[in-house]
Amino acid sequence: MLLDVRDLEVEFRTRDGVAKAVNGVNYSVEAGQTLAVLGESGSGKSVTAQAVMGILDMPPGRITGGQILFQGQDLLTLKEEERRRIRGAKMAMIFQDALSSLNPVLSVGAQLGEMFEVHRGLSRKDARTKAVELMDRVRIPAAKDRVGDYPHQFSGGMRQRVMIAMALALEPDLIIADEPTTALDVTVQAQVMDLLAELQRELDMGLILITHDLGVVADVADKIAVMYAGRIVENAPVHEIYKAPAHPYTRGLLDSIPRLDQKGQELYAIKGLPPNLMNIPPGCAFNPRCPLARDMCRTDVPPLYEVSESRTSACHFWQEALHA
Amino acid sequence: MPEAILEVRGLVKHYPLTRGILFKKQIGSVKAVDGVDLDLLAGETLGIVGESGCGKSTLAKMLVHLERPTAGAIRYKGEDVTKLSGRALKAVRRNIQMVFQDPYTSLNPRMTVGDIIGEPYEIHPEVAPKGSRRQKVQELLDVVGLDPEYVNRYPHQFSGGQRQRIGIARGLALQPEIIVADEPVSALDVSVQAQVVNLLERLQSDFSLSYVFIAHDLSIVRHISDRVGVMYLGRIVELGEDAEIYDHPTHPYTQALLSAVPVPDPEARVHRERVILTGDVPSPAHIPSGCRFRTRCWKAQERCALEVPLLAVPAVFRLTEGPARHDSACHFAEEKHVVPHEEPPRPRPLESEPEA
Repeated sequence: MLLDVRDLEVEFRTRDGVAKAVNGVNYSVEAGQTLAVLGESGSGKSVTAQAVMGILDMPPGRITGGQILFQGQDLLTLKEEERRRIRGAKMAMIFQDALSSLNPVLSVGAQLGEMFEVHRGLSRKDARTKAVELMDRVRIPAAKDRVGDYPHQFSGGMRQRVMIAMALALEPDLIIADEPTTALDVTVQAQVMDLLAELQRELDMGLILITHDLGVVADVADKIAVMYAGRIVENAPVHEIYKAPAHPYTRGLLDSIPRLDQKGQELYAIKGLPPNLMNIPPGCAFNPRCPLARDMCRTDVPPLYEVSESRTSACHFWQEALHA
Repeated sequence: MPEAILEVRGLVKHYPLTRGILFKKQIGSVKAVDGVDLDLLAGETLGIVGESGCGKSTLAKMLVHLERPTAGAIRYKGEDVTKLSGRALKAVRRNIQMVFQDPYTSLNPRMTVGDIIGEPYEIHPEVAPKGSRRQKVQELLDVVGLDPEYVNRYPHQFSGGQRQRIGIARGLALQPEIIVADEPVSALDVSVQAQVVNLLERLQSDFSLSYVFIAHDLSIVRHISDRVGVMYLGRIVELGEDAEIYDHPTHPYTQALLSAVPVPDPEARVHRERVILTGDVPSPAHIPSGCRFRTRCWKAQERCALEVPLLAVPAVFRLTEGPARHDSACHFAEEKHVVPHEEPPRPRPLESEPEA
């Protein structure tokens, strides 16, 4: 197992109270596998990823429980210095907004080369050669001429390629991509996702893809973890979840997106709003919005029930959700 | 066929690029919208899709008269709005309202919801006399599904979906006939998007509104639109009914766009044929000669560089019947099926237990 997150809990202390952003998350990724973490804003998908990367702002954030096992080692017990050696070299992250993640006053080549200077001890000149190689690899045209350009001189899609190049620089074992194509147009999104999937196959990396887009997930993921209010509500292989979701929330999400292949009827809308993380409803967090909710749901937090060998669902009535 | 409530002819918006501080010299122009013709029929929803930078938001702003066109005409019930001024213009603007994309920046944070929704009445007092305004605002809140008691709250006390409802209520305040919605749901979460889309559809039938619905999400546009126009670099390249565009696209750009949309069906990734375009959209300051899509088109030939294709039914389909016969600005238009049918069909929504 490449990465195994166990019962992770993260909270944020704010002036108004404690926001429980992550409440016992379990997921795992193997080498060469793509795990999609699906959720709406505030579901805790990005916070979990930041905790794995070790880039959570602490304070106000605080990891209050759980383990993050990376290649068998619990990252939460390591010193910051040891974690820094892992970050970049063994795991890397791609962010949504490339323009604000890149340094605007350094050329792209300098930023890519810095990875090799710091982690591999290369000279500036060798590092620059490496930077050009990387830009070639992510198919930035005329890499040699563009290595001295600054981030603002690239288009959105090209900038996201620079981000991918930077993440791949040291050939990590795990890549976490947080909404990597959300800011891009569909035709460019397709180019970038194809590139990412191809490089992942080539380097046999584990990929965690954080997204809210059910279409992107269906295109690239091997398995899915659906998050709601800081918890995983459903874990399943990608083919099964689209055919027969085992949680009312997943089911609601699938029903609420319009179809491209037909006009369709009125959309199904999940009623209500996602909960405030400072005041998560007791019992199942989804119960105020759930069509199946009963008394039990308002008092007992559902555990992850085993649906089949490879699937789990955090719904007391998952059988009804599955077979309805 | 219902009559056209809005006719757009040869609409152009160029922004000058200048050099020098004291003696400004024009060195070129950004051709944001570069010759758009379209009709909006009474009671219909016209969807406009396109990638960022294609000019769809500039088009929207010209339709509601937030931008003055460089050339062209916008005829509202036969009258050219671009030539109007003063009182006549004000009367027309009342009937064409806008809903903005970002519910976080389009509402004044220091005004209460009641003041935001009621502000249009300050400009058009004839719609609601002073005494009845508060009641009108509360009715509007109710219409968009918010609690009328919220009139004295501020925008930050609402979620994104609720704020978008406030923006919609403001758009409805003057009882317009046309609403131009520029990416009204793209800033919202998936589960909230459906609520707002359903609300827009309900309002359309309740108040017999005509919509111009601008978005980059092709699935949502298909869902809500009767007709769809596809924009590329300031022009409409294909225009037709929803099934004509989605199931029988004839313009290569539409085909590429549709084939790039990720479909929520994992089975589709195996058998699906995708057209992946190379490169990015050219800058609207340097539009390619002839067909503006030719630099990214896999069919481009010499003729495409010389001759601008017009938006009309292509010659090959002119004598045919059927859904491929619709406007498409391509010299080499041909039908291509790119949207896969979802297999298996989606599961049915869960029904609520009756409340005990």
